[in-house]
Amino acid sequence: MGAWIAFLVIATVLLVGALMVVSARDLVHTVLWLALSLIATAAAYVALHADFLAAAQILLYTGGVVTLMLFAVMLTRRQSGAQVLIDRANGGLRAALLAAALLGLLVTATVRGTPKLVAPTFNVDSTQALGVTFLTRLILPFELLSLLLLAAMVGAIVLARRDGKGVKLARLAPRVVIGQPHDGGEG
Amino acid sequence: MNEIIAAGPGLSAWLILAGVLFSVGVYGVLSRRNLIAILCSVELMANAVNINLVAFSRFHGDTLGQAFALFGIALTVAEVGVGLAIVMLVYRQRQGIDIDDLHDLLG
Repeated sequence: MGAWIAFLVIATVLLVGALMVVSARDLVHTVLWLALSLIATAAAYVALHADFLAAAQILLYTGGVVTLMLFAVMLTRRQSGAQVLIDRANGGLRAALLAAALLGLLVTATVRGTPKLVAPTFNVDSTQALGVTFLTRLILPFELLSLLLLAAMVGAIVLARRDGKGVKLARLAPRVVIGQPHDGGEG
Repeated sequence: MNEIIAAGPGLSAWLILAGVLFSVGVYGVLSRRNLIAILCSVELMANAVNINLVAFSRFHGDTLGQAFALFGIALTVAEVGVGLAIVMLVYRQRQGIDIDDLHDLLG
């Protein structure tokens, strides 16, 4: 009973947050609703006995990703202080139809194909087990992951910095006139 | 009915929740026009996948699923870092980040 109540609360918060992410007009609101969904996901991890993942989720997503995205939103506002509005593209209805079709497919597959599994009731210390898994069975992927994060960090710095090679790379793109007025965008 | 309530949410309940979340993310990716909003929707989809992995991990009693979810989280964070750098680059060149303006590769 309690497990169902927790599940329903988590599911409601998660889905409301997600729906607001895809429908909010103001970009700052979009990012903040995303933060709510990500926190609800962390709660889902707790409900699924994945404590370490919940902590990592909060630290990385709500601490890192959402902050980064807020910075990006602030840096890409054309006039400071102006509200950034997002128009729904013409494809809104088609996108909704496609998403609904995908949802039907996923739910059908889940209802028909999910094996009847009962969660083990014994209390597993999943954090310890996860650490052992990472340092024994998955040691090579684990090290490769740190290489990937390093590459992503260097790549992001090279792409985003203003002087040196970053700008040369940026100048490769043709047909760019700085300050060129363009329609579309804010409305 | 009573057994279902007593047993708590099963694997399929979590999978359906993740499926709905993924579909919402797909809708966001297809319908939003701002690059940052699209990145947010991609985050939702990645989260749905991670919930699936953790749910399977829980119901199989094996932590390998959690390990995969942790890989997924790290990959998504790297993706966001590089993605936002590209967004900044696009903004610097175009003074806007509407995907409708990005049609240089359109034949």
